[in-house]
Amino acid sequence: MPVLARWIEAAGIPTVVVTMMPAVAEERRTPRIVGVEFPFGHAFGMPNDRAMQRRVLELALRVLAGASAFGTRVDLDVEWPVPLREAYRAWQPKEPSPIVKKLLESGSR
Amino acid sequence: MVVDSYRFLPRSFRPLYEGRGAFPGEEEPVWTHFAKRLADSRIALLTSAGIYLKASQPSFDLDSERGRPEWGDPTWRSIPATARPAEFAVAHLHINDEDVLADPEIALPMRGLHQLVDEGLVGGTVPNHVAVMGYQDRRLTDWHRTTAGEIATYLREQGADGLILAPA
Repeated sequence: MPVLARWIEAAGIPTVVVTMMPAVAEERRTPRIVGVEFPFGHAFGMPNDRAMQRRVLELALRVLAGASAFGTRVDLDVEWPVPLREAYRAWQPKEPSPIVKKLLESGSR
Repeated sequence: MVVDSYRFLPRSFRPLYEGRGAFPGEEEPVWTHFAKRLADSRIALLTSAGIYLKASQPSFDLDSERGRPEWGDPTWRSIPATARPAEFAVAHLHINDEDVLADPEIALPMRGLHQLVDEGLVGGTVPNHVAVMGYQDRRLTDWHRTTAGEIATYLREQGADGLILAPA
């Protein structure tokens, strides 16, 4: 996603990436970054929590329109309201993805 | 608060992401100035949650990914800003899709953006947002050669002044 953002930015459209892995987005040289400490699949927050979703969206818009320099990163100061262990389990697919399955199989041989 | 980028990632995956540096050939800064006021701007959204319209669009190709685990469908879908959540399906083998289906706003906040347009904070939205499926071959060959350019052209044709991308 950071690289896709770079290619679209290079084509003349300003971009901001809202991501759970802002440190990785920085390494990948993303133009504008909003970091969220949310589980994967939940970039804008909890389902049906309009207030939380709005906070993320407003911050993304502020960084998109107001960042003055390449590499600007602003993290959202919101804690995920679900206990870590539960949230960690909840975001993952019910069965391992094909690549994870393949890695597990090759590791067990 | 500084976000912990690895809080929800399985520990064994961390070395796949951390300390890898820039994508090859993508070391230099890229920058397009955001020229207008937000209230005069047209904003687009892009999600990598694998959302598509179940009645009118093909799914992202999960069968091929099951056959070739290093590969991910590099195509993209146009999502009308007026589409209703009930019209969505999700094709993504790397996340639990229950929450996205229950409330697609967590990946593609089209209604939230409309709200900000209604309030005058944002000038408008593009008529059609964009969805991709985020798991891709490591070299991003097709995204680079085809998808990125197509999406940029599509957004430009719709008068997008800025794009918010959100990985799943």
